[in-house]
Amino acid sequence: MTSAAISHPSVRLSPGHGGAWIDLHVLAPLVKKELRDTLRNKWIVLYTIGFCVLALGLASLARASADMAGFAGFGRTAASLINLVLLLTPLMALSVGATSLVNDRERGMLSYLLAQPVTRTEVYLAKFIGLGLAMGVSILVGFGVSAMALSGASDAGLFVRMTALAFILALSMLAVGMLISAIVRRSGSATGLAVFCWLTFVLLADVGLMGAAIAFRMRIDTLFFVALANPLQAFKMAALSSFGASLDVLGPSGLWASTEFGSALPVILISSLVVWTVAPLLAGWFIFVRRPL
Amino acid sequence: MIRVHELTKSFGRSRVLTGVTFTVAPGEAVAMWGPNGAGKSTALRCVLGLLRYHGDIAINNMDIRTSGRAARRLIGYVPQELSFYDDLRVREAMRLFTKIRRVPTSRIAQRLADVGLTGHERKHIGDLSGGMKQKLAIAIALLADPPVLLLDEPTSNLDAASRREVLDSLIALRNNGKTILFTSHRSEEMERLANRVLTIENGVIVDRRVVEQSKKCDSTPDELGSTRLQSAPDHSRPLRDARTVPTPSTNGVTP
Repeated sequence: MTSAAISHPSVRLSPGHGGAWIDLHVLAPLVKKELRDTLRNKWIVLYTIGFCVLALGLASLARASADMAGFAGFGRTAASLINLVLLLTPLMALSVGATSLVNDRERGMLSYLLAQPVTRTEVYLAKFIGLGLAMGVSILVGFGVSAMALSGASDAGLFVRMTALAFILALSMLAVGMLISAIVRRSGSATGLAVFCWLTFVLLADVGLMGAAIAFRMRIDTLFFVALANPLQAFKMAALSSFGASLDVLGPSGLWASTEFGSALPVILISSLVVWTVAPLLAGWFIFVRRPL
Repeated sequence: MIRVHELTKSFGRSRVLTGVTFTVAPGEAVAMWGPNGAGKSTALRCVLGLLRYHGDIAINNMDIRTSGRAARRLIGYVPQELSFYDDLRVREAMRLFTKIRRVPTSRIAQRLADVGLTGHERKHIGDLSGGMKQKLAIAIALLADPPVLLLDEPTSNLDAASRREVLDSLIALRNNGKTILFTSHRSEEMERLANRVLTIENGVIVDRRVVEQSKKCDSTPDELGSTRLQSAPDHSRPLRDARTVPTPSTNGVTP
């Protein structure tokens, strides 16, 4: 045989159908391909442009109000950007993730790729990493544009914290999207389910939480932990706390959490987002490596 | 080189393959012949480890289920229709597979030349014709010079001239010692490329034939100009110059 038989470093993750080995030499080109393909994806480009335009608009408004009110900076824009991130980032990540595997499966590309000496784990992981990096680029460009629009007044630390939080939120939504893609067979269904999840996280969860709080007379601590079950709420609280704002803007449960957990609160909030990344990612992987193509 | 034993595959309640048993010796070309829906492509996908199945499949004594990557390193696969990212350029696709197969990129030019795609490196895959895509799939399959080739209707998208070219290449590869398992419903491919033909109907091997070696000699690449091309699919026509071999008893493996 040829150099194909050369020994290579590999990491054993766990046994599974078709082998669950990760060969970093195989993973790297697959990630590169995913990243390049995603950055060429017109939807990602549109999301990024939309994010930039809206971020610029918010930055201009913040600057205008700063001139009148006498204070400025990235912090004010960042506060406005939270709502923008809450709307756009989950939609982008969920839709891209949900169509990732299912599109390839429908076109027969997945079969062709898996007929090569690669494992399903590598293909799955490469998709997640490649798509995640593309999300990161998109978010970095969006925040970068707004930071540049406020050049001279930017708070670098806050910019980094906000970008990082938005990136973690994108990863968690991407993981949920990939779980959908591993479960669903058709791209139409995957997109529909992704939009439904987005609506649930953005709107229905809040409405449901308010209704449940009233109907069941929830205790404040229960209310806080139920709110944490929504990754968007966790992001919102983490983002607000990241620039020193008092969480009493979120009502009694926010106030309770900041008094109860103090400086540990950001860790708890970010942990919630990490769980929302790892759990669906593992569930999607488990389904993908075992399910017939 | 390839051993398939009691292969059974069902999709839901529909049984597609039932107790399929055969072997392919090193350097041998075996055809799976049969009508559409007979189970040929499913058998090939099982051999690649893409589908779950009952039974045993081994490539060079490696179980495809437990040693999937190692076994697939030995295989070059040509699908019925190359489905790959249309906005990827030919050279980019080749580079990706050199990385996956861990072979030097210097091979790309030679493999493209082998299949007559020199000069098309910068074209997007989406801009290639069906025949050119098929040739690209063959070039990718040959990148790592694997000892086994699995071909799913390898000439199905080709015109007569391209079909002749591809068939010539495949015959040359077989003559150079490649082990080939392919599906087809063209009698011409059976007669010229296959050493043995397995006829599959309704998921069962109903006939096993050895194609006469004298005819194989007639089909060497040097004499292809005089070979008559059978353009129309002709599954029902009995194979010329072939003789039926006894069907193996029970679970016997055909040598």
